[in-house]
Amino acid sequence: MSRPVVAIVQFPGSNDDRDAAWALGALGADAALVWHADEELPPETAAVVLPGGFSYGDYLRCGAIASHAPVMDAVRRFASAGGPVLGICNGFQVLCESRLLPGTLRPNRQLEFVCRDVSVQVENARTLFTRRCEPGQTLVLPVKHGDGAWFTDPATLAELSARGQIALRYTEDVNGSLDGVAGVVNEAGNVMGLMPHPEHAVDSLLGSADGGLLLAALVDAAAEHLALVAETASA
Amino acid sequence: MKATVLVRPKEGILDPQGEAVGGSLRKLGFDVTRVRVGRVIDLEFSANGTEDARAQLERMCTELLANPLIESVEIELADR
Repeated sequence: MSRPVVAIVQFPGSNDDRDAAWALGALGADAALVWHADEELPPETAAVVLPGGFSYGDYLRCGAIASHAPVMDAVRRFASAGGPVLGICNGFQVLCESRLLPGTLRPNRQLEFVCRDVSVQVENARTLFTRRCEPGQTLVLPVKHGDGAWFTDPATLAELSARGQIALRYTEDVNGSLDGVAGVVNEAGNVMGLMPHPEHAVDSLLGSADGGLLLAALVDAAAEHLALVAETASA
Repeated sequence: MKATVLVRPKEGILDPQGEAVGGSLRKLGFDVTRVRVGRVIDLEFSANGTEDARAQLERMCTELLANPLIESVEIELADR
């Protein structure tokens, strides 16, 4: 089977785009770096990653300016067609500001940048992105963010919990995130955002390979999306 | 047209920045009980009268300037 192409969006200030490309390459995908000013994704795109970084210098609110970048219209179309989209750290912030994911990321409760390995628990192992994990499995992943406290209103939190949209929770208080939420998926299940960095945890030589479980699941989802698109086109 | 948009953390929303500033002011000896830190945005733009200006400002706030989940806005339109 040919390797699915994962488009990785580069905003001005993205800085984990190449790590994501390397990690996905090691896990069986071909990465295509896409510039934020592009109005289309490459036609062969089978999944999209919005990488970590500090897009547009985090001006106004993290991810707010990037959510209006030309490429984001293409990402919205891709997501609404069922394409898998993963936002990591700043990418999560961009997805929330784009309203592709519920809630928003606020400054860390302790007002300090956190940069260390944390453990997160898989709350829902049936999502497109967590299905290579065991239910309740603990993953060790690095975080490095100043604005990682996820927040939403109580009614939305209750709905998200009931629908299994809370994918990952910190096992400790990392940043004051509401209910310890570390990663959420959208209602359709094809868009996920998380603050920890799976792309920095794909080799045990670097401390942890747990991120590989999430990214390999993304590569699976990319291959499945391609197959589905091909099937639809031939029908 | 000139306008000022005041963006504040919504009532009930934790404002760690305000708390840190409050703590610092207390350290300086001020009897400060509450600090909330927001943002001031001054704008100059073209509009057809105040009604249009206000409508545009409201759209600017919804689409970019504030996040309604956590922030409230107050729009001040300059007379001329």
